[in-house]
Amino acid sequence: MLAANFLLLAAVIFCIGVYGVVARRNAVLVLMSVELILNSVNLNLVAFAVMNGTIDGQVFALFVIAIAAAEVGVGLAMVLMVYRNRHSISLDELSEMKG
Amino acid sequence: MSTTVASIVAVGDINVAQNVGFGVIALMMIVAAIRVVSTNDVVHAALWLVLVLAGVAAQYILAAAEFVAVSQVLVYIGAVMVLFLFGIMLTRAQIGGDRDVNNSTWALGIPAAVLLFGVLAWAVLDGVDELPGVDDSVIVDRGPAPTVAISDGFIGPYLVPFLALSFVLLAAAIGAIVLARKD
Repeated sequence: MLAANFLLLAAVIFCIGVYGVVARRNAVLVLMSVELILNSVNLNLVAFAVMNGTIDGQVFALFVIAIAAAEVGVGLAMVLMVYRNRHSISLDELSEMKG
Repeated sequence: MSTTVASIVAVGDINVAQNVGFGVIALMMIVAAIRVVSTNDVVHAALWLVLVLAGVAAQYILAAAEFVAVSQVLVYIGAVMVLFLFGIMLTRAQIGGDRDVNNSTWALGIPAAVLLFGVLAWAVLDGVDELPGVDDSVIVDRGPAPTVAISDGFIGPYLVPFLALSFVLLAAAIGAIVLARKD
């Protein structure tokens, strides 16, 4: 199996995640798209571990998994706070800080 | 000589099965990922995301990374998806679809994503000849990745990042509680 298959699959998932971040207005759906992006990067790291024949890529993937868990926890807490204050989680209504 | 030929044939057979498995799982993942970013129902998007995450775990097993695959199932499908479902429930998404989950400029995301994929695919395919170990036997020959090696990495050369990561997780847990509690 060509290890480049992993890289191409990860590229497809990454681009779908980027589209989700650009297109979605619901904050929870944007966080899900970020999860797609993080998973595609993990797939790349594991594929690099296979190519190099070392374990370092898998260790990096485990680091990314842990960071993603922390990111989802804090992100969803922020979404809950925004919902409690504004009764909406539409991201384009959060425009107080525009210049 | 004959054993070499036999082993090459055996490896080839395994690789056919591996390639078919990779293709089927990859197709499932791509379809599910497109549904995640295209469905109007937030709960359905979360459930399609479970399919993507399970496919990623299956790809890890194909790449002989069992420990990462198990971690993926435990952390993502077990913990992160529960967090997402709680977040959806607490923000009271409409059951059965919502009209305004997309931005008004959502169509701009399609050329952006296609352009990005073009650049990424060109970079991968252009550099694939220079990558080490992209021949057909590399994955099959290595066997399962030893968990011992991963743990040696964590408490050896990656000890300081590992400790820093534990502090990040602690800070994230405390921060999430502080942000989300009612006071």
